[in-house]
Amino acid sequence: MNTTMTPPPPDEVEWVCARCGEPLTLGEIEVAYLGSAFPVKLWHCKRCRLALIPEELAQGRMLEVEKMLEDK
Amino acid sequence: MDQKELHALEAQCTQEHAPPCTAACPIHVDVRGMLAAVAADHFDAALTLLTKRLPFPGIIGRVCEQPCRAACNRKDLGEALRIAALERACAAYGAPPLPKRRLPGRGQRIAVVGGGLSGVTVAHDLARKGHRVTLFEATERLGGTLWETPEDVLPRDLLTGELTQALSDGVEVRLHTPVTADLLEALHADFDAVYLGVGQGPQADFARELLAGVAPDTFATPREGIFAAGRAIAARPTFIESISTGQRAAISIDRYLQRVSLTASREHEGAYITQLYTHLEGIAPAPAIRPAAPAAGYTRAEAVQEAQRCLQCECLECVKACAYLQHYGSYPKQYVRQIYNNLSIVMGTRQFNTLINSCSLCGLCGEICPYDLNMATVCHEARQTMVAQDRMPPSAHEFALRDMAFSNGEAARLAHLAPGSERCDYIFFPGCQLSASAPEHVERAYADLREMLPNVGLLLGCCGAPADWAGRSDLFEEAQAAFRADYATLGGGQVILACSTCYQMFKTHLPDVPVLSLWELFSEHGLPPSAAAPRDLPGPLAVHDPCTTRHESAIHESVRQLLHEMGLRIEDLPFNRERTECCSYGGLMWLANREVAETVVQRRIAEQPLDYVTYCAMCRDFFADRQKPTLHLLDILYEDDLTARAARPGPRFSQRHDNRARLKRRLLTELWEEPVSEPPAPPIQLLLSEEVAARVEKRLILEEDIREVIACAERTGNRFHNPQTGHFLAYHRPANVTYWVEYTPVDDGYQIHNAYSHRMEIVMQPKAEEDA
Repeated sequence: MNTTMTPPPPDEVEWVCARCGEPLTLGEIEVAYLGSAFPVKLWHCKRCRLALIPEELAQGRMLEVEKMLEDK
Repeated sequence: MDQKELHALEAQCTQEHAPPCTAACPIHVDVRGMLAAVAADHFDAALTLLTKRLPFPGIIGRVCEQPCRAACNRKDLGEALRIAALERACAAYGAPPLPKRRLPGRGQRIAVVGGGLSGVTVAHDLARKGHRVTLFEATERLGGTLWETPEDVLPRDLLTGELTQALSDGVEVRLHTPVTADLLEALHADFDAVYLGVGQGPQADFARELLAGVAPDTFATPREGIFAAGRAIAARPTFIESISTGQRAAISIDRYLQRVSLTASREHEGAYITQLYTHLEGIAPAPAIRPAAPAAGYTRAEAVQEAQRCLQCECLECVKACAYLQHYGSYPKQYVRQIYNNLSIVMGTRQFNTLINSCSLCGLCGEICPYDLNMATVCHEARQTMVAQDRMPPSAHEFALRDMAFSNGEAARLAHLAPGSERCDYIFFPGCQLSASAPEHVERAYADLREMLPNVGLLLGCCGAPADWAGRSDLFEEAQAAFRADYATLGGGQVILACSTCYQMFKTHLPDVPVLSLWELFSEHGLPPSAAAPRDLPGPLAVHDPCTTRHESAIHESVRQLLHEMGLRIEDLPFNRERTECCSYGGLMWLANREVAETVVQRRIAEQPLDYVTYCAMCRDFFADRQKPTLHLLDILYEDDLTARAARPGPRFSQRHDNRARLKRRLLTELWEEPVSEPPAPPIQLLLSEEVAARVEKRLILEEDIREVIACAERTGNRFHNPQTGHFLAYHRPANVTYWVEYTPVDDGYQIHNAYSHRMEIVMQPKAEEDA
């Protein structure tokens, strides 16, 4: 799998962390499935350790990669 | 599946077997391929196909005895194809393919005795293989008995032209050289092998003894290194047979010179009867095209027209009947090989996982196949193997297995003696999907059964079919063990089943448990006491038999009798009873491959413009969900407004859970008047628009999943906030799936704007580590 999950995340994000009220930062977060792990650029809250997976990513590229790994 | 089983399965599919014409042709010309090319006006391609097997197309196109025509499937549908005439047209209108290069010389020398068709064939074939061939012909010309053909049929320039051309590369021809016994001895000593193509008659006398001892499969004479074929040894002295035996003798000579087995892998040489099945019903007869000028043969246009009558024989019976088999563009012989390979992969992509999981396991293919090849058995076993290998994609069946776990869990499962009874003579097992789709009918049928029969207990739960379909033998056995435990607690009795899948599972896997279908029971004992009064009935309905009743003709009859008794006019679908089709729920096809499943269900509902009636809750819901008005048999027994009932969409997945749970609670409180503890907390009220509800349903996200996400977010504060819209976004991973919900708290609950999910897990490093 490409180490970057396309499409790249948007430059701005409309969500803030509801827990601490801080804006989210963009950085590499690891996602894993069936023994494989990949770094993905995601908006996340560093302090509260919450990462945001947008719908397009979950229903798009992420789903494709899941299916690919399931057939490996 | 081991290799032996694979080969046995492959042998059951005859799609790759030769069509009757090719099998009947002693040299196996690809007649079907050639005629397809001619039909498309591609004469060059047709001639290339023809010359692959036949070095003299012009001659044979005029003189062939055509055993192919007696086998042609068109013979009773107009007239057998005029194959030789079409071969002649190929030779006339097709550009001859470039001559194939000879293999490099191997220095071995072969004497061919006799310049008739078989001798010329042997010389041609062996020269092409790189041997040095000398042909001895007693007379002044090549061709032997071909010269007995009248000249107007076989023009002499064509006769000599094609034979000379065939021998132009690598054959030394010695005319006027009769071979005697002495010369044969000399040839045998001088050459590495000798072929005798001496025909019938006095000229063959010198070799009489050798000819009498020719082996029928290899054409070896009793003397090592001498072979013989053609008319001299022919049971049927025909031109095409001479070419055939000549070709086969040439194979033997080549093998003899290479010192390899003469006999290995020589099945299906010469004419044979094919096993290829071709369905001929409904094909309109079409007379043969007659050439306007018979002596000149077909014009190009006439040949095209004649070739278009070819039926292009093939089987594909199962593929024609099954959208799933069609979807993957091939046929079972290929599929079983792909499945076998898929199961054998150690490293690499298992690209046929979805093919294995997409079969509905309905068994229609096995019913249709003239050789009983059943893909359901193959796919079912393959799933079990995948599970055992720990290679089953987790997403394939998990949703259905969760659904089954719910049905057999505390919230929905129930086993009870009839009110006031001490024992069970009967147990009503309505099945999980009827309880999910029409819980009120379960209650009513149970009440009717108690009036009709003594001591009818009730068992709510799932028979385990989803686990069986998913290849999860462990979970299937668990479900059966749960049934056995409840069955023992209730004290046994005859089990009355309302679901045909349960019926199939019980009959196959619990053969010691006596079962009876609800429909058989109603048809034997008369309509149930609470059946609706006579009322306006809809016009004729088409009966759809659930695929799990395929071999239950008694149920088919009972259902039809019941429908008649209730005054309904019914018609059968073209594929029904033992040839009925799946609604796409079977085998969990709907879950593993939505695209194929949709094609399957759409095809089924389009088979008849009439509204449908069936007796499986899933079939009914699947059809009605796609705007095909469909009634369940219990709708007709119990409902007044059948028009509304037929159009009713099936309950959504979350509602199906609720329906099962409520059914249990209601029966316990109202029928058995047992105290039932209240659910632990009032559930979180969710508000979903139609659009969101449909989207969430399609994504297989249940309301209980959504509630868990919100409960977790509200408890921990872990959520995102959108200051513009005021929406919250939160996620939660209760087991193998992470669910995301976008929501807004409202007065009486939560407005749900969206939900989605993924299986990948977010791995957040511990904070200290990241900072370091």
